[in-house]
Amino acid sequence: MSRFSLAALIRHAFAGNTGWQPQWRAAVPKPAYDVVIVGAGGHGLATAYYLASEHGLRNIAVVERGWLGGGNTGRNTTILRSNYLWPESQGLYEHALKLWEGLSRALNYNVMYSPRGVMMLAHNHHDVQVARRHIHANRLSGIDNEWLTPAQAKAFCPLLNTAADIRYPILGAALQRRGGTARHDAVAWGFARAASALGVDIIENCEVTAITRDAAGAVAGVETTRGAIRAKRVGVVAAGHTSVLMAMAGVRMPLESFPLQALVSEPVKPAMPCVVMSNTIHAYMSQSDKGEMVIGAGTDVYTSYSQAGGLHIAAHTLEAICELFPAVRRLRMLRNWAGIVDVTPDRSPIIGLTPVPGLFVNCGWGTGGFKATPGSGHVFAHTIATGSPHPINAGFTLDRFRTGRLIDEAAAAAVAH
Amino acid sequence: MTAFRLPSGGRIDRGRTLRFRFDGRSYTGYPGDTLASALLANGVHLMGRSFKYHRPRGPVSAGAEEPNALVAVGAGARHTPNLRATQVELYDGLSATSQNRWPSLAFDAGAAGGLLAPLLGAGFYYKTFMAPGGAWHRLYEPAIRRAAGLGTVPGGPDPDTYTQRYAHCDVLVVGAGPAGLAAALAASANGARVFLVDEQAECGGGLLAEPEALIEGKAAAAWLAEALAALAARPGVTILPRTTAFGCFAQNFVGLAERLTDHLAAPLPGLARERLWKLRAGRVVLATGAIERPLVFAANDRPGIMLAGAARGYLARWAVKPGTRAVLAVADDSGYAAARDLARAGVAIAAIAELRPHVACETFGLPVRPATAVVGSIGRLRVAAADLRPIGGDSVGGGGVERVPCDLLLMAGGWTPSLHLFSQARGKPVFDAARAMYLPGEHRPGEAPDGLASAGACRGVFGLAACLEDGYAAGEARGGPATGRRFAVSGDLPPAGGFEGLVPGSPARKAFVDFQNDVQAADITQAVREGFRSIEHVKRYTTTGMATDQGKTSNINALAIAAGALGRPMPAVGLTTFRMPYTPVTFGSFAGHARGELFEPVRRTPMHAWAQARGAVFEDVGQWQRAHHFPAPGEAAADAVARECRAVRQRAGLFDASTLGKIEVVGPDAAAFLDRLYTNSWARLAPGRCRYGLMLNEAGFVMDDGVVGRLAADRFHVTTTSSGAAAVLHHMEDYLQTEFSDLRCWLTSVTEQWAVIAVQGPRARAIVAPLVEGVDLAAFAHMSVAECRVAGFPARLFRVSFTGELGFEINVPAGHGQAVWEAVWAQGKAHGLEPYGTEAMHVLRAEKGYIVVGQDTDGTVTPDDLGLSWAIGKAKPDFVGRRSLTRPDMLAEGRMQLVGLLTDAASAPLEEGAQITAAPPRTGMAAIGHVTSAYRSATLGRPIALALLADGRARIGQTVHIPMPGGSLAATVAGPVFHDPEGARLDG
Repeated sequence: MSRFSLAALIRHAFAGNTGWQPQWRAAVPKPAYDVVIVGAGGHGLATAYYLASEHGLRNIAVVERGWLGGGNTGRNTTILRSNYLWPESQGLYEHALKLWEGLSRALNYNVMYSPRGVMMLAHNHHDVQVARRHIHANRLSGIDNEWLTPAQAKAFCPLLNTAADIRYPILGAALQRRGGTARHDAVAWGFARAASALGVDIIENCEVTAITRDAAGAVAGVETTRGAIRAKRVGVVAAGHTSVLMAMAGVRMPLESFPLQALVSEPVKPAMPCVVMSNTIHAYMSQSDKGEMVIGAGTDVYTSYSQAGGLHIAAHTLEAICELFPAVRRLRMLRNWAGIVDVTPDRSPIIGLTPVPGLFVNCGWGTGGFKATPGSGHVFAHTIATGSPHPINAGFTLDRFRTGRLIDEAAAAAVAH
Repeated sequence: MTAFRLPSGGRIDRGRTLRFRFDGRSYTGYPGDTLASALLANGVHLMGRSFKYHRPRGPVSAGAEEPNALVAVGAGARHTPNLRATQVELYDGLSATSQNRWPSLAFDAGAAGGLLAPLLGAGFYYKTFMAPGGAWHRLYEPAIRRAAGLGTVPGGPDPDTYTQRYAHCDVLVVGAGPAGLAAALAASANGARVFLVDEQAECGGGLLAEPEALIEGKAAAAWLAEALAALAARPGVTILPRTTAFGCFAQNFVGLAERLTDHLAAPLPGLARERLWKLRAGRVVLATGAIERPLVFAANDRPGIMLAGAARGYLARWAVKPGTRAVLAVADDSGYAAARDLARAGVAIAAIAELRPHVACETFGLPVRPATAVVGSIGRLRVAAADLRPIGGDSVGGGGVERVPCDLLLMAGGWTPSLHLFSQARGKPVFDAARAMYLPGEHRPGEAPDGLASAGACRGVFGLAACLEDGYAAGEARGGPATGRRFAVSGDLPPAGGFEGLVPGSPARKAFVDFQNDVQAADITQAVREGFRSIEHVKRYTTTGMATDQGKTSNINALAIAAGALGRPMPAVGLTTFRMPYTPVTFGSFAGHARGELFEPVRRTPMHAWAQARGAVFEDVGQWQRAHHFPAPGEAAADAVARECRAVRQRAGLFDASTLGKIEVVGPDAAAFLDRLYTNSWARLAPGRCRYGLMLNEAGFVMDDGVVGRLAADRFHVTTTSSGAAAVLHHMEDYLQTEFSDLRCWLTSVTEQWAVIAVQGPRARAIVAPLVEGVDLAAFAHMSVAECRVAGFPARLFRVSFTGELGFEINVPAGHGQAVWEAVWAQGKAHGLEPYGTEAMHVLRAEKGYIVVGQDTDGTVTPDDLGLSWAIGKAKPDFVGRRSLTRPDMLAEGRMQLVGLLTDAASAPLEEGAQITAAPPRTGMAAIGHVTSAYRSATLGRPIALALLADGRARIGQTVHIPMPGGSLAATVAGPVFHDPEGARLDG
């Protein structure tokens, strides 16, 4: 892998930009690998990268039905934060945030981690209680999260309507300054490039059609539209389609898949310096480096695999956006899309072993998986490489739905991820 | 008359002159003009700057596909950025400004960045700016953000209003060009309800720019006028110009954005600016036409370079000569129609560079050079010459470049059918290799949108006669006889031919594919070289097709160049997804009337006005507004709450509990149903008795609670928490309809049918008794319910307590709430009755250790955690959540249990949400619980708190620590009941 740098840019510019090499190899599937990762989204690619870079495995394939990064990695609103309530979640998301802080340099790919601050609004007494509880819990854990008065919130985000006479006035906000955004495509491409350079085969347009098991019931490999691949360890990282894949191995997953929408405005000059979230009135917004207002909507009420959500869901979000930011009411929706998110009963992910020996699963990220990408890949790689969970993902078992040891952030706080 | 306006013709009203400003300079135009046509008539081509390199740009099109001529219109809060000048209708006094330039449009310092263009190729920002220490966020990113963006955010809250409408119709026709008009004529022939919508101010589409065509012996414009008149005369037909069908959803549900006032100089006050239609159509006919493709050659982006069809439109529709001396780069027959029309309007045709070796169509004696490409242009703020080069072929060999002076360079690269809505509706585009275009194909099996048809150019049918006939056939009713109606047309020159990709002989550098985002052919080949093989990757890496025009003019060229670089056929590279909306739609339109007070309804109780008149301070609780406390003049909130609490404990308080959720559960299986939904047993609850009910979710955690009264064997009055009412009803209905459909019972929300007046305190009985008829209050035990009359009105009287005092809750029909409230108030005066608000209610219940679901619980709490195991019906075979309660971790040690916390009597109350540690805290120490409720208790003269604490009941008497920013506090663990633990006061 030739290194990216300003010097390289200049050198290539003088050469007419004809000397660039493919960022990842277009691999052809081999008959067998030590590990096959199913799903070349951010989490899957990160898993492969850390398997190669930290666990010395080289014979790894990542198989992808479509084009890499084309699922929820390329469809989310790119918010990063770690100010979660429960210790398990704090551990996981803070681990990820620390990796984000050094990721561009680690991958030699600018993933544009931008700690512009994530501000979560409180509109009523209950919201205030919940925000304070998070702030106290985070402070004890050494995670930054601070309370802002409405005036401080307005100073941090001047576009915000903090008037006292609006329908749901803002009573304050919890701010995590290290939270922010990153460039989603760059995350997928950066992990792909770095993994490929370490020998990982990334195989696009390769749909898994079966998960094969040996006589003892352990994983033996996968069958794909590009042929059968043997592997004693298979990691499924397929977001909204995890249930379908795991059913191929006879494992029924506690997941429901819903369309989740997002949308952007036409690009405008910088006006929105941070990320603002309001869980009470269902809206969040930030501004991309390109200038588009990036807005997340809710999931549809009904399960579906259709990558298009209901018009009323997007409209409801824009009602809230226009209330919070009345100056953007005249901006226009440029593009609206949806992804399929997989939701567990406690809305926390499942990262770990399955009843099938050799089969591992990383799923259930619901509406908030992007922020965890490097951390998720890191601990999942550990889990696959060693056969047992990393302490950070030890609580995120499939088994917890049987034992009752749930990690329910949303119930605790009515907070969307 | 402005310099480039023809002396006659056009569809403008020359009887009136409009004045307008662009970048501060004054110009004139006519009604019917767009901002673009009026500026072109004044000789102004330079209207904008591109996104990345700030290159000078003029309009390339005359319509919605415009990538270049983006302007801001209006000022202050009505400032609207990023409007296409080709779509902005002119009105007197219009003021527009250019964007993304400094200090001026003609001299833009940002254009200096163009010098660095070789450094700023596709994805350059992924390869640098990685220096440590947050330099990206602090240094590079702000600079990039400032350079990016186009227009600016309006200067304040939008003063305009937006409206919405739902509608149904038999047939929706999208696009009022020849195919759409014919479809609407056919569809409405038998009285069907037909919507005909078109994004332009004027219906007609391509017919508006066919000066030479005759349809059934009439000039195209005359035929158009007659067709529109015929449609308008049919009662079932609704014609909506200025209306964009922006989104096509399942089952022929279509979103329409209608612009109502933007074209008016002085709209009537109160008129909505836009209307969003949510239309459900029996059938949809898409007649969305086709968009002309630019040719990709070096410096194909200068002002004065535009699409041939656009130039033709400016001539015919607005009588504007877009230049004086034109060169045409042609790969499609329709280019000759433009050349003909320009020549007849007096524009000199310097050369027609025909990319094809032979031309089959009429060329009108114009100077055609076959097998010749335009491979470059010169000029600064306006094209000054085109570079022509013969290309290899059977007639002409390679040769040198000839520079042909011109001030207008037109591109006829062929037409791309508009598949946007078809694709949004889940139609599958198929590639027609012979014509090198995507066309609507079969719908996906099983997802066929019933009755969605394409007609005319959007399905590759070109030429007026063919479009009219195709449209007519598509519009005819299903199942009826097809008439096979023919249309006699002469004088049009149908498109044929076309080219996609980089023009042969042109450099790839500065050969723009996506004008707005400055994506060059070289960027696309570089992306392919860097391993981006899917068109979706190419799009994201280069940003081609991601500008505000969403690639309407660029996608096919980008696809062709990527395919060429990959050495694969176009369909093998894929087609990017067409996403809603077709063109940008104002946020305000989606929000409609849901703003301010109407954003979400404000729910007020029947006694709201009384509380307001008493000076109550209200708080939002969900959608409800509830009286928080009732301060006397000058009284501090804390003092008011303390006074209200004392009144309840010593005499009596009056509380508006109307917001409690209320569900009437009726039917022979009502008790059985409640047995399955609540933890408690209901079968043996006698009519006339109440019970505290606890509801769990499937995971076994407390979801809601409330008192349930049995009115009769088959009738229960269920109360829920105020904020949980809707969720509980939904939960119940979900189970009743999907799991317990064998049970005969019915659920009715009656929250708003009953006003609830709570009278609590030792004098409560004395106050209520004189008003009650039909119940002997002396024999009316705690947890009883009776139907009776109170203050002369029918009532459901509950004897319940959420304060620990003797208490009644009087339910009366909401319309009588205020009257009964006032009767109780009058009765209570002699007893020292005082109204109390939600804060006092919270303090009083916390003194008794009564939980508030959502505050003292958080979705992770079991009945046992709360000390409520007694509420579980042990004999019941099952209830929702029961199985979950038996999971090992639900029974394990260390669960969070509800306890009380006592701090120093003189201290301030603890903070709700504060964490609890077992030892003096330090960072990283695990919390063992948190404070859920904390108040100053006037009754006890000290602060009290409730907490969820690990193994809390075993820690009673121990000291725990509360880490706060300024240091930690210590507290003693106690039981959760602080006041009257024996419950002696319930009987007054």
